[in-house]
Amino acid sequence: MPQLKMSAVPSQSLSTLSVAIAGNPNAGKTSLFNALTGLRQRIANYPGVTVEATQGLWYLDDRSPVAVVDLPGLYSLNATSIDEQIACDTLVGSGERYESSISPDVIIVAIDATNLTRNLYLATQVIELGRPTVVALTMFDLALRNGIQINVPLLAEALGVPVVPVVARRLIGIDALASAVKKVAGQIRGSVSATRIDDALTIRKDELLDRYQQIDSLVSRVLTQKKTEGLTRTERIDAVLTHRIFGPLILIAVVLFVFQMIFSWANLPMNLIDGGFAALSRTIRTTFPTGIFTDLLADGVIAGVGGVLVFLPQILLLFLFIAILEESGYMARAAFLMDRLMRTVGLDGKAFLPLVMSFACAVPAIMATRTIQSTKDRITTIMIAPFMSCSARLPVYTLMIASCFSNQKTFGFISTGALIILAMYLLGISTAIIVAWVFKHSILKAPSAAFVMELPVYRIPSISNVFHTMLSRAGLFVKRASTVILAASILLWALAAFPRSTGSSSVTASEQVSNSYAGRAGRLMEPLIAPLGFDWRIGIGLISSFAARETIVSTLGVVYNVGNEEQEQSGSLVNAMVNARKADGSRMWTPLVGLSLMVFFVLACQCMSTLAVVRRETNSWRWPLFMVSYMLVLAYLGSLITFQGGRLLGFN
Amino acid sequence: MQKRNAPSTLSTLPHGRVATILNVLGPRLIAMRLMEMGLVPGASISVVRSAPLGDPIQIKLRDYHLALRRTEAALINVALAD
Repeated sequence: MPQLKMSAVPSQSLSTLSVAIAGNPNAGKTSLFNALTGLRQRIANYPGVTVEATQGLWYLDDRSPVAVVDLPGLYSLNATSIDEQIACDTLVGSGERYESSISPDVIIVAIDATNLTRNLYLATQVIELGRPTVVALTMFDLALRNGIQINVPLLAEALGVPVVPVVARRLIGIDALASAVKKVAGQIRGSVSATRIDDALTIRKDELLDRYQQIDSLVSRVLTQKKTEGLTRTERIDAVLTHRIFGPLILIAVVLFVFQMIFSWANLPMNLIDGGFAALSRTIRTTFPTGIFTDLLADGVIAGVGGVLVFLPQILLLFLFIAILEESGYMARAAFLMDRLMRTVGLDGKAFLPLVMSFACAVPAIMATRTIQSTKDRITTIMIAPFMSCSARLPVYTLMIASCFSNQKTFGFISTGALIILAMYLLGISTAIIVAWVFKHSILKAPSAAFVMELPVYRIPSISNVFHTMLSRAGLFVKRASTVILAASILLWALAAFPRSTGSSSVTASEQVSNSYAGRAGRLMEPLIAPLGFDWRIGIGLISSFAARETIVSTLGVVYNVGNEEQEQSGSLVNAMVNARKADGSRMWTPLVGLSLMVFFVLACQCMSTLAVVRRETNSWRWPLFMVSYMLVLAYLGSLITFQGGRLLGFN
Repeated sequence: MQKRNAPSTLSTLPHGRVATILNVLGPRLIAMRLMEMGLVPGASISVVRSAPLGDPIQIKLRDYHLALRRTEAALINVALAD
């Protein structure tokens, strides 16, 4: 059973109480949580599962901080997904049933004042558990603006717990909430008996209908709504954003805009980080004496850390946009528009945006799959995300096109290079579609759950919520991914650095690499990769590219002995590759070899960051290992078919 | 053309017409989830629009909007209110 230990909260010893915030998705839980805790919060994962647990400290008054946990949203105590299960376990949390899971002293149920009936369904279930409970009536300002009047004292009386209207973004009602929490803490309204909990968890149909009937009669007593004329603001926006024609066009525009921002805005900081780490590495080389330790520091550690951090600007920007899309309510509309299309491969509409984001970088995209409720759909999405040609493949495509297809034109005017890059993107997309279909009909087959998705009210995203989400997710990535990547880059460095070639001064970098373990492995695997058109040099490049795809460019630079400086020397690398000859004097880098290598790079999962994040998101090594293996098999077959098929057709 | 007040399912309800839910059928898990989301017998409901490819549909009940696939909408029997 998933458990959550509150010990991870800073200075927990000070806290006297623990509070859990529960509520429907989109009920304003997170805004409330941010209002209570400010920056004193952290996201952790529940042990054993991938559900985020946001914890923080709330200063009820000047003295006593309270540990607060923001539970995943749920519609009822009848959980249908892992997120809901965890929230439910925490709310029910009885010691004998779930060992050492937290048992909050006070439960705050956030209920959306603009959507009272459905929110009360969960709230009444939670109240009936008999624990100290306070109801926070969120979005009270919006309700008033929509002409909804709620008799709060009457509602509190009917529910038997304090009801506090709050406007979290403007910190209205927070003090009242604090005193209500202090008042109910320690009160036990009836005993929390095991039978009661069992009742709550096995909900029968007649109980469900009964509950809704009671809620309907309660709401008719406490709520008066002025007859609103015409459409609400959300309905008017929806008329455009989910329109048959404008809807998809706007979605395309949004995706293009996000792409443009990720590629152009992220470029500058990425280059700065890249340059910064290169400079640091050079400084270390000049400051420290030449030797194995300096090499390890400069080429292993610094390069490894730099390799992770260089993605950070893209990840931050992508998370920023995802947070804005989620907060505003647009994410659900995108899923609505794309659901039918995604269903042809067995996924639902929520898989669309993560897959589109993968064209920039699979790492944040895989983290964005958290919005997909069904675990099997989520894993399928994760498994196919790396087929989308990400930005790290572009340097490889560019190098291949420059050295294998020099300035060729198709039909006299279309650049062959552009056509080939387009073909690579299409190859990735079509492979993803086929693989998703196969997985959904075999290992990840699942009975289709009901696709019932709320289309929340449009809201202007709160800046603080957006930044909280963005920073905490990015921090999580850096922390977890960096350890795995650091270890792997040190390993890959060692493969290329050992054994040391003797006669230190006369040994060039290219001789060192070709005599190293990596070089030997390259020669050893040459018979295996020869049918793909690759020689041992490319073998070394392939080995190093499993750290990150673009590494093959610098590795080939070392192998062809044109120096390390990718930027300035790439021209000479292209020259070296154009002039490279096989033993029989024919060109090494023919168009067919280039094509075969590009196909390999489309299909293989050569990215440690991706594997590290898949490990984290699926919480086992099984899925990342499966991912790297099946993609490697596909890449090998793809390259084999390309090269051998091309030869049969008379190319070479 | 549909007869007025004749029972039909939510998936065939014309856009913009208000109907009352009669009952929700189908596998227990799916029916329960639909009802927990407020799709209970007696509730008023209308179809706002279909997605560009005709599926899913956007429905309005009480004061909120849900997206629902036609396969699930076909499990919900409704009667046109009028």
